[in-house]
Amino acid sequence: MTERLYEKNVAITGIGQSEVRRPSSKSAMRLTLDASLQAIADAGLQRSDIDGICCWPGDNHNGDPFSPVGPHALKTVLGLNVNWFGGGYEGPGPLTGMINGAMAIAAGLCKHVLVFRTITEATARQTSKTASALTNKTQGRDSSYSWKWYTPFNVMSAINFMALYTQRHFHEYGTTSEQLGQIPVTCRANAALNPNAIYREPMSLDDYLASRIISTPLRLLDCDVHCDASTAIVLSRADCAKDGPNPPIRIEAIGSALGQPWSWDQLSLTEMATADVGRMLWNRTDLKPKDVQQAQLYDGFSILTLMWLEGLGLCPRGEGGRFIEGGTRIAREGVLPINTNGGQLSGGRTHGLGYVHEACTQLWGRAGERQLKPHQVAITAAGGGPLGGSLLLVKE
Amino acid sequence: MPRKLPSLTPDSLAFWQGGAEGRLMIQRCQRCRSWFHPPTPFCRQCESLDVGPEPVGGRGRVCTFTINHQRWTPDLEVPFVVAIVELDEQPGLRFLSNIVGCPVDEVTIGMPVQVRFEQQEDVWIPLFEKVAS
Repeated sequence: MTERLYEKNVAITGIGQSEVRRPSSKSAMRLTLDASLQAIADAGLQRSDIDGICCWPGDNHNGDPFSPVGPHALKTVLGLNVNWFGGGYEGPGPLTGMINGAMAIAAGLCKHVLVFRTITEATARQTSKTASALTNKTQGRDSSYSWKWYTPFNVMSAINFMALYTQRHFHEYGTTSEQLGQIPVTCRANAALNPNAIYREPMSLDDYLASRIISTPLRLLDCDVHCDASTAIVLSRADCAKDGPNPPIRIEAIGSALGQPWSWDQLSLTEMATADVGRMLWNRTDLKPKDVQQAQLYDGFSILTLMWLEGLGLCPRGEGGRFIEGGTRIAREGVLPINTNGGQLSGGRTHGLGYVHEACTQLWGRAGERQLKPHQVAITAAGGGPLGGSLLLVKE
Repeated sequence: MPRKLPSLTPDSLAFWQGGAEGRLMIQRCQRCRSWFHPPTPFCRQCESLDVGPEPVGGRGRVCTFTINHQRWTPDLEVPFVVAIVELDEQPGLRFLSNIVGCPVDEVTIGMPVQVRFEQQEDVWIPLFEKVAS
C-alpha cells in the first residue's frame, strides 16, 4: 500500500542549530547561517549540492521577528543555485517547510533541500513585551481572514484559544491542571540536561501550580519561552542519501490533513487539527502508534502536547490527562519519552523544526546526557488550532 | 472597553451592523436552510450561492470559556470572559464573543446566554449575558 507515497523517497541527512538564546547578540541572518552551514556539513554535502531551499512561514516582506529570514534572503546570502525555492504561511503548520521540501524532492525538482526556520522573538521582546505575544498585528481596522472575528472581542493572543480548548477538554474528559502540569514539568527536567536550553533550573508541579494565571485554566508556565534561534534540516532524495556520513532518517509518513474549517473557533475544540493529521499519517504506513519510541510534540502551549498525544493515537482520545498523570510514562525512562530537549516550554520556542532536530539528535545517538537508549522510530508534530502537521521518522 | 474593530465587507456587514436594529444576523442558505458562520457567499453543505443573512433569536449556550487576566494592551480592562457560544438555532452554529454583565467567576459551560450589542462607530458588537434557563 505504501510503495508510491511521495515521502518514502525522502530522508533527513543532516541537521544544524544555532545557539538558542534569550536574547542572542547575533543577527537573524547569522543565526540562520550557523544552523544552515552546520546542517549542510553534517549531511556531508557542499553548498553546491543544495538545489532547493524552503521554510515556513518565510519573511512575508515585513521583517517580523516571528520569521525574519525567508528563502529569498538565505538563498542569496548563501549564493545557492537552486531549482526550487518556496515559503509562505498558509499550510499545515510549522512543519510545512519539511512537507513542501519533501514534495519538491519527490516531484523530481531537487536532490537536496535545505529547510530552515529562524525566529528572533526574544530580541523583539526587548522593545515591547507584548510584541511576540500578539498573534494578530494588524494596524487599524482588522481585515485579516480569521482574526477579524476575534480581535473585536479582545482576543489578541493564541493563548485565549488554547484556554478555550483546555477548558472544554477539562469539561468533557475530567482532565485536571495537576495532570496538564506534567507537560511543563517533564520538559523542564529534560531541559536540565540540554546545554542549549533556555530554562534549566529545577521546576516542580507546585511551582507550576503557583505560576500566575494568564487565561483560565492556563498559567504562565503553560506557555513556551520566546528565544532567538535558527534550526536547519537537510532533506535528500533517498538514493542520494546513502553516501552521507549519517544513517539516513527516512520520512516514513506525513500527516498534513485538515477536514475542518481553517478557523480557531469553528473546528473541534478538543482535538483541533490533530486527529485529521493523525488519521492521514497512519494511513500511509504499516507502522502503528505502539511502534513509536520517542515523540517530539508541539508545546507552544502545554495543552497542545496533550492533544497531539491523543490526535496521533499515542493514547486513547480523552485519556491524555490520565496518560501523562504523574509524568512517568512521558519521562526519558518512560514508555513514550516526549520533548527530550526541553521542548519549547523550557528549551526555547524554535517553532517547529526544533522537534525534528531533537528527534534526529536522539535517533543518531548524539544527545549526550539526555540520550535515550538506541531506537529507530520517532514522531514529530507541530501546530495548534487549525495549524497541524506531523512526520513519522525511521532511522535506517 | 476599547476594542479593535473589523473591516466591513459585503459578506460581513449584516453580522456587524444587525445590532443597530437589535437583531443578530447570521448567514443562512436559502436552499437547504442551514445556518453557518462566519458569513461567506457559499453554502458548503449544499453548494448553493443563494445565501444571505437572517435574524436569529439571539439565545444560546456557552460551549467553552476562559477568563483572560493578561493586559495585552495598556488600556484593556481585566479580567474579562471570552467564550464560544453555540446558538439555539442549530447544533455547531457558534462564534466567539465575550460574556458580560455578571461576575467573571459565574460563567459556566452550558450556561444559557442572550445577545446584547455594544456599538462602536459603525459596528454593533454582539456580546452575550447570562439569562435564566
